[in-house]
Amino acid sequence: MEKFILKYFNLIRTIIAILIGFIISVSLIFLVSKDSIAALGYLFLGPFGSISRIGNIVELATPIIFCGIAIAIPFQAQQFNVGAEGTFFISAAFGTAFALIIQGLNLPGFIYILVVLTFAGLMGAFWGFIPGYLKAKYRANMVVLTLMLNYIAYFISIYLINYHFRDKAAGYLTSYRLPETLFLKQFIPNTRIHIGFLIAIASVFIAYYFLYHTTLGYEIRMVGFNFHFAKYSGINVFKVIVLSSLIGGIFAGIGGMAEVMGIHRRFLWQSLPGYGWDGVVVAIIGHNNPILIMFAAFFLAYLRIGGQVLNLLSDVPYELISVIEAIIILLITAEAFLENVKYRITVREAEKEAFKNESSS
Amino acid sequence: MAIAISLRDIVKVYPNGVVANKKVNLDIEEKTIHAIVGENGAGKSTLMKIIFGVEMPQEGEIYVKGKKVTFKTPMEAIKSGIGMVHQHLMLAEDLTVVENLTLGIEPRKFKIFLDKKEMNNLAKKYIEKYKIEVPLEKKIKELPIGLKQRVEILKALLRNADILILDEPTAVLTPQETEVLFKSLKELKEQGKTIIFISHKLKEVKEIADKVTIMRDGKVIATDDASNLSEHDIARLMVGREVSFERIEESRHIGNVALKVENLSYFNREKIQVLKNINFEVREGEIVGIAGVEGNGQTELVEILTGLREASSGAVYVLGQNIVNKSVREIREMGVSHIPEDRMKNGVADKAKVKENLISDRYYKNNFSKMGILNYEYIDGASNELVKRFNILAPSIEAPVNALSGGNIQKVVVARELSSNPKVIIASQPVRGIDVGSEELVHNFIKDARDSGCAVLLVSADLDEILKLSTRILVIYNGEIVKSFDKVEGLTGVDLGPYMLGLKRGE
Repeated sequence: MEKFILKYFNLIRTIIAILIGFIISVSLIFLVSKDSIAALGYLFLGPFGSISRIGNIVELATPIIFCGIAIAIPFQAQQFNVGAEGTFFISAAFGTAFALIIQGLNLPGFIYILVVLTFAGLMGAFWGFIPGYLKAKYRANMVVLTLMLNYIAYFISIYLINYHFRDKAAGYLTSYRLPETLFLKQFIPNTRIHIGFLIAIASVFIAYYFLYHTTLGYEIRMVGFNFHFAKYSGINVFKVIVLSSLIGGIFAGIGGMAEVMGIHRRFLWQSLPGYGWDGVVVAIIGHNNPILIMFAAFFLAYLRIGGQVLNLLSDVPYELISVIEAIIILLITAEAFLENVKYRITVREAEKEAFKNESSS
Repeated sequence: MAIAISLRDIVKVYPNGVVANKKVNLDIEEKTIHAIVGENGAGKSTLMKIIFGVEMPQEGEIYVKGKKVTFKTPMEAIKSGIGMVHQHLMLAEDLTVVENLTLGIEPRKFKIFLDKKEMNNLAKKYIEKYKIEVPLEKKIKELPIGLKQRVEILKALLRNADILILDEPTAVLTPQETEVLFKSLKELKEQGKTIIFISHKLKEVKEIADKVTIMRDGKVIATDDASNLSEHDIARLMVGREVSFERIEESRHIGNVALKVENLSYFNREKIQVLKNINFEVREGEIVGIAGVEGNGQTELVEILTGLREASSGAVYVLGQNIVNKSVREIREMGVSHIPEDRMKNGVADKAKVKENLISDRYYKNNFSKMGILNYEYIDGASNELVKRFNILAPSIEAPVNALSGGNIQKVVVARELSSNPKVIIASQPVRGIDVGSEELVHNFIKDARDSGCAVLLVSADLDEILKLSTRILVIYNGEIVKSFDKVEGLTGVDLGPYMLGLKRGE
């Protein structure tokens, strides 16, 4: 039993953290709601209440998965690149602009989609390259760099769309509609789950394979584990810092454009949608492992949709769901949480071992 | 005689599951010098940390002068009259000696202003009383290590320590400095202090200690009067078997020059010249030892030779090719291997798997990967082979390196570095902080490499290691090679000491 606990300690800790978060949220709901039993039902079961709500979870998880991977790859190299937000946004904006510009070529649907997604990926790579290069070359602070670049990405994108690709016929600030051939098909009736979701799932496995089975992925992880060791071993740290940011950018870029092509069909954001930050959250919960990130993204999306249902149908405010989310994430990411329990078990086990050998010898 | 410290059934387990002390019982008599010896990992440092309140034991009792105590912090230990001089000295480098001495107990005027005069008087009083001379107005960073240590001892005395713990005080000292330290310790004993002295240099233990306690594997093996034990007895009890201190056999075949250093100079960022016009060569089949007190430019020299640092001027040739301005990988591909002085900083990624650590210099080569895709089948096979060949005790090649003991972590480093078919091996402190068993293994691996025609440069602060392995010895002092000994047979530490201290230099 004790050996089992030690082996799966991280998993058990995460589950306990989630349970405590739930207990706290249940108590909070009891405090604020007049009909708390119903409210609990909305929050926890609501997301599974209908096909369309399950669809909502998957739709929401899709961009979060892309951004989670985009964050995880530089994080694996210990580069605290939080630029997924801006990369996601600017790639979507430039991707939209590019799609509209080459519209006249009348490319066949599949090729058109491929070309536009490739362009968005390249845009993301470019936007990821900038902080990577500045960090590697000038030792600029990655967090500050990417935070500032998020603003730059935001304003450039808004300028591009509002001044050059704005659909004046629409009653609000938005780009022209994308041609229909470019739509990513929504393939499950009553939901908006689209081909982009499949691309996201494929990306999870590609990113996993990349990190754990390629030489570049190995280099990225070794730089992250111990920068001095990587340098001493002959790994080109400069290259790794630049490439980890660049490759992360590709995933954010494709994710941004897929969201436009699958859900909105035009670039209609006037503020940053926040998926990049959700990406940071799931990357941390998932320990930068793409497969765990996928589950974390579903979990986060589930919480959010539960919150929306709760907000819609009960007297509990939506803000509460942010509180619950924060508590759970705090507990998961607090490395020292339950650490003393682990220590006590370790001590007991070690003593048993040590004195067992003693008596036998 | 009265007992100063008494330990009963002390058990200490660290968070990673290592049991450092297994029911240790120990009595330290008052007014004696009591040496505690044992291999690294025997649990002596842990025991001292428990006495000083740095670590708390899970079980057991501590009595200081007959009174039961439980120290939660070093502050409480200090209040009970215990002082400790750590192996890595704990001094504020930018403050003066007198400021360090009175740190935390400064005499004050009106409770807020420092009373400098009183500070000086206080320090002088203690200097006179214990006859430990230190320059009061100098900054710590300007002092040589031996003097810094004296400051530490005095600092403990100023806090009214009756019981002094010294953790491997001689590890960083030259033979001459050691002598001065021992004189002070004897004086302190005369004045009624109790001294606990940790060491694994048996000669010193015989010289200074009244009582000796030998620890092994977390337990006390024996405690006896020093006069009843010979060096040989102590060594045997420490390791649990017979050990040889003899020099390894001489090189059979010395070949061409493999490593050549020419007029190498290096200035650091503060424009201080750390290496001054260094010249030497290492031939195939020989081990050249660089002896010196740490911090005399050895670290910089090794980093330049391995491409981690750029020289300011001069040249380094590996098999005739200049390596200046070459990358670490290019230098490694020319056949240079590097056992780094700080294995946890450079030698391994401690959270990565054993196999990932074993391939860090070759993962991109054929067989290990193809077109950028790692071939785990081959990697696992090669890793298992290295684990077997170098006798690495690891749960599996999938285990993270930090699950291994220090000696086995070093074996991971050595296995990687010696299995790459090197022509030149730069080994820096290759056995620092590992147990005697692993030490012997590592030394044998290095010797085997030498015999197969490698040129080995051995940089070590441990004179015994230098004397045991080297074909030739160079002494470095203050960034200069001040002396070279072409014949090592018959040399002792005392011969090297004056050069290491800069008191003498060769022609």
